Amino acid sequence: MTHAAKETLVVSNLHVSVDGQEILKGVNLEIGRGEIHALMGPNGSGKSTLGYAIMGHPSYEVTSGTIELVDADGTRHDILAMEPDQRARAGVFLAFQRPMSIPGVRLADFLRHAVTNVRNPDRKEGHELMPMRDFRTELKSKMGELSMDTEFARRYVNDGFSGGEMKRAEILQLAMLRPKFAVLDETDSGLDADAVRLASESIARIGGAEMGILIITHHEQLLEHNIPLKTHVMLGGKIVESGGPELAQELHKRGYERIRAAYPEAAAAEKAMEESARAVSV
Amino acid sequence: MSTGFDESSTLAAVHSQLGEINKYDFRTDSPAVFKARRGLDASIVSQISEMKGEPAWMRDFRLKSLEIFESKPMPHWGGHVGIDFQDIFYYLKPAEQQGKTWEEVPDAIKKTFDRLGIPEAERKFLSGVKAQFESEVVYGSLQEDLAKKGVLFTDTDTAVREHPDLLREYFGKIIPPTDNKFAALNSAVWSGGSFIYVPKGVKIEFPLQAYFRINAESMGQFERTLIIVDEGAQVHYVEGCTAPMYSTESLHSAVVEIVVKRGGRCRYTTIQNWANNIYNLVTKRAMAYGDSMMEWIDGNLGSHLTMKYPAVYMMEPGARGEILSIAFASAGQHQDAGAKLVHAAPHTSGRIVSKSISKNGGRASYRGLVRVEPGAKKSKSSVVCDALILDDRSRSDTYPYIEIEEQDVSIGHEASVSKIGEEQLFYLMSRGLSEAEASTMIVGGFIEPLVKELPMEYAVEMNRLIELQMEGSVG
Ligand SMILES: Nc1ncnc2c1ncn2[C@@H]1O[C@H](COP(=O)(O)OP(=O)(O)OP(=O)(O)O)[C@@H](O)[C@H]1O
Ligand SMILES: [Mg+2]
Repeated sequence: MTHAAKETLVVSNLHVSVDGQEILKGVNLEIGRGEIHALMGPNGSGKSTLGYAIMGHPSYEVTSGTIELVDADGTRHDILAMEPDQRARAGVFLAFQRPMSIPGVRLADFLRHAVTNVRNPDRKEGHELMPMRDFRTELKSKMGELSMDTEFARRYVNDGFSGGEMKRAEILQLAMLRPKFAVLDETDSGLDADAVRLASESIARIGGAEMGILIITHHEQLLEHNIPLKTHVMLGGKIVESGGPELAQELHKRGYERIRAAYPEAAAAEKAMEESARAVSV
Repeated sequence: MSTGFDESSTLAAVHSQLGEINKYDFRTDSPAVFKARRGLDASIVSQISEMKGEPAWMRDFRLKSLEIFESKPMPHWGGHVGIDFQDIFYYLKPAEQQGKTWEEVPDAIKKTFDRLGIPEAERKFLSGVKAQFESEVVYGSLQEDLAKKGVLFTDTDTAVREHPDLLREYFGKIIPPTDNKFAALNSAVWSGGSFIYVPKGVKIEFPLQAYFRINAESMGQFERTLIIVDEGAQVHYVEGCTAPMYSTESLHSAVVEIVVKRGGRCRYTTIQNWANNIYNLVTKRAMAYGDSMMEWIDGNLGSHLTMKYPAVYMMEPGARGEILSIAFASAGQHQDAGAKLVHAAPHTSGRIVSKSISKNGGRASYRGLVRVEPGAKKSKSSVVCDALILDDRSRSDTYPYIEIEEQDVSIGHEASVSKIGEEQLFYLMSRGLSEAEASTMIVGGFIEPLVKELPMEYAVEMNRLIELQMEGSVG
């Protein structure tokens, strides 16, 4: 175990099942605040599952292993014992690959609740919200930085948003909530070329030296302004290899053949997972 | 509040003034001599009529209605009405109703008043501690202005005495006592309610509500409301209020009759939040004539059983009817709510939007009828009813009836039933909202399309009510 001098998100030997089917088969990962990590891997390898498990999605059952927040002084907080909202209040964030739409709920109202809770972790229901005026000012400036029209905040959460608008709204939430640790699950997919550049710059600015970020991506552009300290490759529910930024470039250029060949066991697990997924869908 | 007609005279302002002024201003009646007894028969009905000093035609109408009530079977639809009709006081003089003290009002009700921020004076009125509500001081100027325009706005008892011609023309004509058992009961023993007449071309710009009447009788068990909107006139009436209505009597059966003449517009908004012991069996119907528009906005919370299906009969070409209905059923509650649209003329159009929520074992039913009479060509109707069920113990049913006796029409019906999605909850919770907050937000979003139709203050209160209803529902 490392004795980090900064706060760290530590995932150890994590096994996760959905409907009794094991998806993650022992994942280890350590992200310190201020660090950027990239997570790559073929479709269906378990990347989103890791994000959900970190955030506490009820369908994703952790069968063994731990996820902890470790303070700079070494104090450990068991994330798995927390409900998703407590995790958010503890500083964990997930930008969804496919955000949910909540018809009738305005983005601004939702965000005002979210921001209030995350900044006052002990707030009880019905207690006062962040003053409207302060909230509006902050929201407006953040939306400006993301080139979003303020009118957009009046729309219902993800309801009828275009793919790009959804991703932008996720980044807006990231900017407003300023978590300690964020998993960005394909936040670059669905964005046009200009929007990806903007997203990449924004994430770099929002993250700064304070945030630990796990960027899940199939592309390189998001990593242009967010040069990863480490790149991890997931295959068949395991992180099989970690390297520097050059690994991301290699995978992007050459795909996963070398990886599959180098890790036959994980490749076999991938096959098995694909087959069982097919069996379920039949 | 100089004229009461300018933009600044919002209901909220009126409410707060009401709180101030009425501290000093409750009227104290001398106790009445008459002591009603329980039960229902011709002598009690005659006595009620006599006490009110009614003309013979009204007394005869009541007695006839009683016969009809006795001859009619209980409705076979809706919920089970477990009421012993002989074990009820059918008429209480205001002074008797006033016998109750604030201490007797249940704590739960008081707490809700607190949470809603209802002014002291209104609390007593709403909980039945004060039967009469002296509004002359607050609404004097409004009353004056309405009077200048020829608008009549009184309680219906007064109208029987002062406006007999209008009453004899319309009272009991839109909803005759033969319509259903509860309409017959109301016709026999009715008391209180509002009477409104808006003359030709007069448009009332702010919502009217019962508070504006002078000496309004307490929200009665058997209210009778009649609204006549003359040609090209316009009115928005807001009935009751969103505070929980607490009453020791368990049967409430109101009748609301509305006529909207050529080119007129009427919107009738109700949000009722009854205590859990109440049977609330209401008949509401509007006749809409050429190119007129009738809208019902109907919110039902609480009660043991509510049966209520506001109706619009579109009688002449160009008439439009719209019914927006929200029902929230929680533990021990059955909301059997819906709407009725009758296309009795060509080129009429109607719309029903119903949203129901059930939780903690509550049951919400949508019961609706769209009827197109022969010859009502080119009529259009659309029905959308969405139900949201919050847990496995709760229930939602849909009973849509469609009777079409004309080919050349367009009728649409959509229904959906959904549960609060685990995915939606997770999404909101992942942003720091507690499970309860997240559920409340999803429910609020579900009814948002209807709530935004409400006047501002009512929208705010509606949302607060939903929050109260949602409290403690999860966990
Ligand atoms: N809720 C679920 N129900 C059923 N199967 C699931 C569920 N979530 C994930 N899986 C299965 O788990 C495996 C991993 O899925 P996951 O979404 O984590 O992959 P991913 O690496 O994010 O893929 P992609 O790159 O396509 O987003 C897949 O086989 C998927 O079908
Ligand atoms: Mg994924």
